[in-house]
Amino acid sequence: MEVALFITCVNDTLFPQTGRATVELLERLGCTVRFPLEQTCCGQIHGNSGYGHQALPLVRRFVKAFGEYEHVVCPSGSCAAMVHEQYERLARESGDMGLLREVEALVPRVHEVSLFITDVLGVEDVGAYYPHRVTYHPTCHALRIEQVGDAPLRLLRAVRGIDLVELPQATTCCGFGGTFAVKNAETSAAMLSDKLAAVQQTGAEVCTALDNSCLMHIGGGLSRIQAGARPVHLVEILSSVEGA
Amino acid sequence: MTGFADAAREELRNPQLRRNLRKATTTIRAKRAAVVGEVDEWEALRDAGENVKQRAMADLATHLEQLEASVTRAGGTVHWARDAAEACAIVARLTRAAGSDEVIKVKSMATDEIGLNDALALQGITAHETDLAELIVQLADGDRPSHILVPAIHRNRSEIRDLFRATLPDAATVSDDPRDLAEAARRYLREKFLSVKVGVSGANFAVAETGTVGVVESEGNGRMCTTLPDTLITVMGIEKVLPTFADLGIMLELLPRSSTGERMNPYTSLWTGVTPGDGPQDFHLVLLDAGRTATLADPVGRDALHCIRCSACLNVCPVFERTGGHAYGSTYPGPIGAILTPQLSELKSGTDLPWASSLCGACYEVCPVKIDIPSILVHLRGRVIRETGGHKGESLAMEALARTFAHRRRYEAAQKAARLGALPLSKDGRIERRLPGPLKGWTAVRDLPAPPKQSFRDWWRENRG
Repeated sequence: MEVALFITCVNDTLFPQTGRATVELLERLGCTVRFPLEQTCCGQIHGNSGYGHQALPLVRRFVKAFGEYEHVVCPSGSCAAMVHEQYERLARESGDMGLLREVEALVPRVHEVSLFITDVLGVEDVGAYYPHRVTYHPTCHALRIEQVGDAPLRLLRAVRGIDLVELPQATTCCGFGGTFAVKNAETSAAMLSDKLAAVQQTGAEVCTALDNSCLMHIGGGLSRIQAGARPVHLVEILSSVEGA
Repeated sequence: MTGFADAAREELRNPQLRRNLRKATTTIRAKRAAVVGEVDEWEALRDAGENVKQRAMADLATHLEQLEASVTRAGGTVHWARDAAEACAIVARLTRAAGSDEVIKVKSMATDEIGLNDALALQGITAHETDLAELIVQLADGDRPSHILVPAIHRNRSEIRDLFRATLPDAATVSDDPRDLAEAARRYLREKFLSVKVGVSGANFAVAETGTVGVVESEGNGRMCTTLPDTLITVMGIEKVLPTFADLGIMLELLPRSSTGERMNPYTSLWTGVTPGDGPQDFHLVLLDAGRTATLADPVGRDALHCIRCSACLNVCPVFERTGGHAYGSTYPGPIGAILTPQLSELKSGTDLPWASSLCGACYEVCPVKIDIPSILVHLRGRVIRETGGHKGESLAMEALARTFAHRRRYEAAQKAARLGALPLSKDGRIERRLPGPLKGWTAVRDLPAPPKQSFRDWWRENRG
């Protein structure tokens, strides 16, 4: 199966290891991975901050980069959610009916990575080995917009060697929220401190999630307080194999 | 007025407030989840609630005129108030006409919104709040409600004991036992119920086809106010109208479970005009616009008018749970306040509130009438930026970012620039310093990952390209 990787600008620039892991994992599961180099950013920063009109050229760019592919896979719940939740509205508001048709055709073919593995590939045991104590934080947009449900947990439970521990108050937002973390920095920090306490309570060495932007926030906090726990994107766990 | 971020900073420093909020919201979230969980068709009920509100709003003028005709037919009088000032003036005039300089009040968001108590005070009329929590807030001079359902959520019982001792007659030795506190308030309020001639209420709902007005409450004090006085004046936002009596049934199933986490609330008072020999013989319904018509003109934002003031969104909101209600600087705090306040003021106040959210979406999940609060927050961010100019620096930064992302070469050059720019600040792949400027808030409590040597696309070109 041929899949195009929608890497997201944050992963491309700051977390290339997540991209490499996604490629290796999908190849191991029998996919042929393509990477359209024309992709940049999906426009989530603009869309969520009230600059939807500036996101429109990025919607066009996305359609151009990915339009020809049958499956587009994204290792970020919130960037996938941007495409799923805002693209049709932005295209409709632009009045460009041609763009709207292209968006409508493409949007259902874009998949958040964990749902792609469980629902499109129909796989739960990806053959991973990860001998660490791990806790999973369901990021808000993966949970409430992408509706990943327990797909990520089913994938994690099948990983050999893993010691998966439940995160208390797991579904409470970590306080990232994009520009929220900067504009309302103190409130964001208050939310983060509770999330860090929950992670520490589990005794996990790894906090995993489906979004590196949330993990950048949680991980930045863990590192600042020397918590002895680190953030790892879920696909990096799934791509790990014994002896690697 | 200080903005949300500054107000929140102050509130966050109050450990007592944080503790009260955590305890109260955690308790009520669990109660709500339990009673919602036992209704198999809860999602269908939410759909029905949303549908009722959509029907009501789609033909609001017709329903309101029908309501006016029904109330008038039943012996009541309907008044139309364009704004807060008009509504307050009507209540003051009616109170004077009834020969009173006092009113007893049922807990009401609409009268809080229009600042009725202060407006009446300027006219020499004293308003007595009779909801226990509203009374507490009123007795503490200068305090304000901080939650739609639990207005005194920011106070603990020893504070309330001290307040009662200082302000209530015959309460000099009251203890901080909740029963004692309630008893002291009861003794004080009973005397008011029996002596004051004018009652003022809000309305949870009003039914157009019958003219029936309803108030939903827990204490029974509301029923005292709506039955004992000679004159009853109800102030109601025009968006509270329901087309039919059957619609009311749906709302009364949704509201208590979402609000107090009860299957049914203790007191539901419904009245239709005037009944000879029973209850107030003079009934006035003041229909309040105050920005609602303007809100209705926004095809996305208008759904905020569907709100039935249950406060489920406040109780699940991770922002509200930490900052409390005062930080919002509005009668309506929390997620619903963040979309109502700027719209009701026609973007004259609360314009920073759409940003007082991480867009986590927990509010939408629990809303009994399915208001898509996160989408409306995003929509209002756009409106505020377009209609008030927004923040110049941010808008320039967003424009620059958009230009960068518009071309592959520019984007790849920016990736390299970020890597080089971060080099002098990074150590072991991390930026641990506190940085100035827009990253100040971030680096105050978090490290930043430094951009790695190789971007993903460079790796791809090298290994798969």
